[in-house]
Amino acid sequence: MAKLQHPETLKYSKTDEWIRVEGNIATIGISDYAQDQLGDIVYIELPWSANEDTAHDDKFGDIESVKATSELLSPLSGKIVKVNETLRETPELINDQPYEAGWMLVVEMSNTAELANLMDAAEYEQYIQGR
Amino acid sequence: MTTHELHLKRTPLYEQHRALGARLVEFGGWEMPVQYTSILAEHEAVRTHAGLFDVSHMGEFKIEGAGALTFLQALVPNDVARLVIHQALYTQFCRSNGNVIDDLLIYRLAEEQYMLVVNASNIEKDLTWVKEHAHGRNDVTITDQSDVTALLALQGPEAQAILQPLTEIDLAGIRYYYCAAGLVAGVNCLVSRTGYTGEDGFELYCAPADVGALWEKLLAVGGSRGLLPAGLGARDTLRLEAALCLYGHELDEQTNPLEAVLGWTVKLKKAADFVGREALQHVKEHGPQKRLIGLEMLERGIPRGGYTLYDNEQAIGIVTSGAPGPTVRKNIAMGYVDAAHTAVGSTIQVDIRGKRLAAQVVPLPFYKRQK
Repeated sequence: MAKLQHPETLKYSKTDEWIRVEGNIATIGISDYAQDQLGDIVYIELPWSANEDTAHDDKFGDIESVKATSELLSPLSGKIVKVNETLRETPELINDQPYEAGWMLVVEMSNTAELANLMDAAEYEQYIQGR
Repeated sequence: MTTHELHLKRTPLYEQHRALGARLVEFGGWEMPVQYTSILAEHEAVRTHAGLFDVSHMGEFKIEGAGALTFLQALVPNDVARLVIHQALYTQFCRSNGNVIDDLLIYRLAEEQYMLVVNASNIEKDLTWVKEHAHGRNDVTITDQSDVTALLALQGPEAQAILQPLTEIDLAGIRYYYCAAGLVAGVNCLVSRTGYTGEDGFELYCAPADVGALWEKLLAVGGSRGLLPAGLGARDTLRLEAALCLYGHELDEQTNPLEAVLGWTVKLKKAADFVGREALQHVKEHGPQKRLIGLEMLERGIPRGGYTLYDNEQAIGIVTSGAPGPTVRKNIAMGYVDAAHTAVGSTIQVDIRGKRLAAQVVPLPFYKRQK
């Protein structure tokens, strides 16, 4: 079984999202650990129309695997400017490529200080071990 | 989850499941594999090749003696008298109000010897029920053999081809719902042509000390025919597509078999009286108040057990089981609705996280294998 990957260039939240930061723009998805825990992903609900505000710990969607349903919580506050439409028909991309084709949202951050709440890859891997 | 703290029971194949990288979950007091690789892959393997399930957690009771037949006839709605040796039937234990205590298989193994196979979550409850009803009788003995019986299910179109080289039993000669005893890979087994997936296949009962070798041998020889180990996740999606009831969902102590559309197993005309007969006779005459239906989602969403069903503003029932159907490629569910709302083709709504999404009532089963 392949070892789970958590790229060092990304940040991670306690609710298992990854965040790629470029200036004040954050791209968000769920980690390899999260997709592995869920199993085969068969459904996702995202704010498809974009242009919505979100806040730290706000629910931004629902994700379902064959057996389970789970909420998606935003690690950051700001404006959702882009949503990955391809996930509507092919949510399994999240399992196959959680960091590339499986990206979910792009958020224009309103409070970059919130980045300090996030973990780096090493901290996240420790966090996973402890669960 | 630290399962050792929860004192969960383990089957003899626990180490094999760990070695295969299975994700283990709690089920009915047992630590069981929900998947080894992927539920979708395991489901597809069963439909197109074969899957191997460890279902050793299930319960088995031996009922023997000159009074065994009359005892069982009085305890279940199906007609046990029609069983020839090596034949099995599907039935329920019902309370006097007709509601279901458990669903089970009854095998006739010999002239005066029967084996009951019950759900893992109900072993204690069923044993108590059976023993209570045998109280005072000296013509029947009841033995709980659950801890000394292991059980594998080999299911799929390749099942017979995989199994035949390992046994001298003529598998083609075993009809559906019949069994035979013999050696499989050198292991003493009862081989029955039964299953819970909607595919052809076999269930293999053997001693716990032998099941490890049997499991490993089957996976080794079956690999080239596409055999995969399969867990409870795939077991659930397979049985849902085949519209098979799961106790605790479609059957429970608030439901009778006629509501579950299991009237074909209820032999009200059999000569023997049985527990729940009067109540079930009444239901048959007046019609059940609720009935099990099949649903296919029309709008995007997955129905799940416990979600409420609506006909516009009126709440009309509840989903008992729901999931994406990997073979039928629709999101499907079974559920109960008021008798007035069972018409196939009608559109109702499922409340999914507060949104009412359209679904169509469809005939059951969702999937039927080509013979």
